[in-house]
Order: sequence, then C-alpha cells, then structure tokens
Amino acid sequence: MLKQSIENLGNRTIQGVWRIGFAARFFVAVLLHSGTAFRRFGLTIREMYFTGVLSLIIILVSGLFVGMVLGLQGYETLQTYGSEEALGVLVALSLVRELGPVVAALLFASRAGSAITAEIGLMKATEQLSAMEMMAVDPIARVVAPRFWAGVISMPLLAALFSAMGIFGGYLVGVQLIGVDEGAFWSQMKSAVDFEEDILNGVIKSVVFGIAITTIALFEGYDAPPTAEGVSGATTRTVVTSSLAVLALDFVLTAFMFRGLG
Amino acid sequence: MQHDTLVEIEDVVFGYGDRPVLKGINLTARRGQVIAIMGSSGCGKTTLLRLIGGQIRPGEGHVRVAGESLGELDQAGLYRLRRKMGMLFQFGALFTDMTVFDNVAFQLREHTDLPEDAIRDLVLMKLHAVGLRGAAHLMPAELSGGMARRVALARAIALEPMLMMYDEPFAGLDPISLGVTGNLIRRLTDTLGLTSVVVTHDVQESLKIVDYVYFVSEGMIVAEGTADEIRASDLPYVHQFVHGEPDGPVPFHYPAPPYAEDLQLGGASA
Repeated sequence: MLKQSIENLGNRTIQGVWRIGFAARFFVAVLLHSGTAFRRFGLTIREMYFTGVLSLIIILVSGLFVGMVLGLQGYETLQTYGSEEALGVLVALSLVRELGPVVAALLFASRAGSAITAEIGLMKATEQLSAMEMMAVDPIARVVAPRFWAGVISMPLLAALFSAMGIFGGYLVGVQLIGVDEGAFWSQMKSAVDFEEDILNGVIKSVVFGIAITTIALFEGYDAPPTAEGVSGATTRTVVTSSLAVLALDFVLTAFMFRGLG
Repeated sequence: MQHDTLVEIEDVVFGYGDRPVLKGINLTARRGQVIAIMGSSGCGKTTLLRLIGGQIRPGEGHVRVAGESLGELDQAGLYRLRRKMGMLFQFGALFTDMTVFDNVAFQLREHTDLPEDAIRDLVLMKLHAVGLRGAAHLMPAELSGGMARRVALARAIALEPMLMMYDEPFAGLDPISLGVTGNLIRRLTDTLGLTSVVVTHDVQESLKIVDYVYFVSEGMIVAEGTADEIRASDLPYVHQFVHGEPDGPVPFHYPAPPYAEDLQLGGASA
C-alpha cells in the first residue's frame, strides 16, 4: 500500500517534470519559428482580432466596474482620515500597478486562452495539423507562432484599456456621484503616478502574463489527446494553470519591482 | 533499386513504446501504380502510411521514397520531399476556418509566388477535376462527408505530387460517393502520372481499381498479389477478409476465459 502510493507520487512527479520540459522546448520552438509570424504579419493581425479585439467587451466592462468599486471602497476608507482628495491616486495606482495587469490577464486567460487551447486541440484532433505537416508547412510557424505573438502584443494593450476604463469608473463614482473635488482627483493622480515606476512596470507585468498565458494555452492545445475529453480537459487546465501562473508571477514581479518603494 | 520504384519499404520494424506494430514489412510501389494496403482495423496500416509520409521514423529497416531514405532526412529535407507528396486523410482534415477555395489554394500560396489570378485558375481546375467547382465559396462545415473528402483530394493534388496517399478513402461513404471516390483515385493516378498508396479495409471497392494488394495482419505482410490473385486466393485469412466471414483465422471473440467459467455456471462457487 505505502510502496504503491510512493510509487504513484514519484510517477506523477516525474511526469510533471517531463511536461514542464516539453513545454519549455515547445516555447523555444515557437520562438525559433517566429519568422513567419513577422514576415507575414497579416497572420498575426488576424489572430490579434480573435484574441484581442474579441476580448474587448469583457475587458472594458470589467474595468469599468472594478474602477467603480474602487471609487466606492476607496472613498469609504479615505474619508475616515479626511483625505478624500487622494481617491484619484488610490484608484490609479491600484489599477496601473496591480489590478489592471492581473485582472485583465485573468480575464484574458479565461476568454482567449481557453479559446486558443480548444481551437488548437480540435485542429489536432481533426488532423488539420498533420495535414499541414504533410503539405510541408510547419504548424508551429504557421499556426502556433502567430497566435503566440498576437497574445503577447494584445495583453498589454488590453491591460492598458482595463486600467483606463477603471480610472474612468473611479472618476464617475468618486467625482460625479460622491462629489470629490475634480481638480484634486486628477492633479493628485498626475503628480503621484510615475511613468517608469508605475506604468512601465505595469506594462512589463502584462507582457510577462501575456507570454505565460499564450504559451500555456498553445502548449495545452498542442499536447491535448485528440479526443473530446482530451480537448475539454486541456481547456480546463489552461484556465487553471495560467490563472495560477499569473498570480504567482505577479507576486514575484511585484517583489522585484516595488520592494522598498516609499 | 529499380528506377521505376517510387516507394520502397525494407524490413521495417516499428512499435509504439513496448507495443510492436510492424514486425518486418517489405513493400514496394512502382510509378503509375495504385497499390492497396489492406487489413483489419488496428493492424498497422495507417502506421505504414505515416512511415511513408515521414511523420514517424522506422525503428529498424528503411523507408525510401524516390530514392531518398526518410529516416536519414532532416526536417528541411523531409519538407522538400513532402512537397511532392499528397495525403488524403480519413475525414479530409480540411481547415475549418477557410473556404473550400482557400483550402485548395493553401499550398499554392504557401509554397509558390504565383499571382492571385493564376492561383484562382489552378484552384478552379483542381476543383473541377473532383466535380466541386461550384462549391468553391462554401465552408467545410457546409459539405457532406464525401464532398469534404473530394475537396481534400483537390487540395492534396494542388501541387501535382508524384505520390498520393489515401487513409481509408472509402470509410463511411454512401454507394454513389464510394464509386465516385474509387474512380477519382484511378483516374487521377492515370492522368497525372501519380503513384497511389491506398490504405483501406474496403475490399470490394478497392479491388476494382488497384494494381497490386498487400495484406497486413499483426504487423506482417501475410499475402500479396494482383486483384485477381487476391480474389482467387485460398489463404484462410485472405478468404475470410475478402468474403467478410465473421469467424476464421481472425476470431470473433476477443481472448477471454471460458464462457461458463465467467458466468460462474460450474456450481463450485456456491
């Protein structure tokens, strides 16, 4: 019994390590075969439409609501200390540093990541990828790499739009609804938010999240067993794994970027 | 090697993991021939096709296409060779996000610098050859199974390959589509000067069009010959297969303990 369970544990660990290794090799292969994605940029733009443009509605609406909630909650807390004017700073910094990249990435993982996995998995299950190989066209270069770069380019743009909508939501609630002074709201935000420390770091975060999500989504699809259960399992794993990866990477990146900031 | 031999499989051994699939196969296809590889489901037919297409490499032995040994080619060499090969997948494997026209145009756009109006002419010619010129604007989801396979055939011959491979081209077709597909394979082979390798278990349909047949069972070639020789064969396995008898050398029952024992009829258990 005990021996059996230790064996199982060992087996699963070894398989997990194998998969990480395969995923890493897959990632390198995608980078090496990225020439086509740039030479024929139309392929990448087409995928940016599917992953980026079609994710806009969920990103914009979520951003607006997150910002509105920030406005309400922030005001409640700040007025206790009589510093309601700092509401703009609170909303902007929360969004640009953390919520924008992270929440947009989580939404992107469930909206676009799952779609990518399902599409690639089904292309594999219906032998479209084999057919492409037999026509002497490398599916990594033709199918995978354009989707990868489309995701990596879309992610920071979506995060930026999320933050912009969020700030607008905070403004609507804080200034228009509650009545915080408009001049103070914007001017304090402008003086407190630093381009390099805050905005650039937020952009770096979202680029890293974009790489992680699209790599996981593409790998899960490419590696999915070519059956209905295989593809559905892979889609679920994409959402779970990439969400966890985003949260873990966020912690690591935050630790490096903002440690010791005043 | 004779110069009119296009595909040559020599003593090929192959297995997935510990499970041996092919145990020493020898097979040749000469230029201009339609050869069939027959056998029951799971006997390694499709594996043979994947070996010829270079999707997998043999464990032992050689697979040569047009004189080049597939096991020794790198990816660039393999892709160069594959431009001269076409493969028809069992369910067509059309790209579902493209129209019929774009599917057939795919290789022309990927591998040639032809202007768009030349591509248009070529695509319409290929579609006309399979009788589906009128379906050029449709999406694959709007096609029947038989039509999808004909579009896939048009796509596979777009670059005029020297070798065509067919994976179960007759599976799941109605009698009319069956005849159409069989005729197409023969006609395209003759008019385009192709060599065709057909993997199938549809004996009656394929015996009408093939030049030479290999029977595969349990990873070995158990019989070979022309269509007439196969029809006349008195080898038990071939006889069972050609005449579709339920029991014979290939048993109806999967190996199991004695029936009475399984149903606990002995009385000893009480």
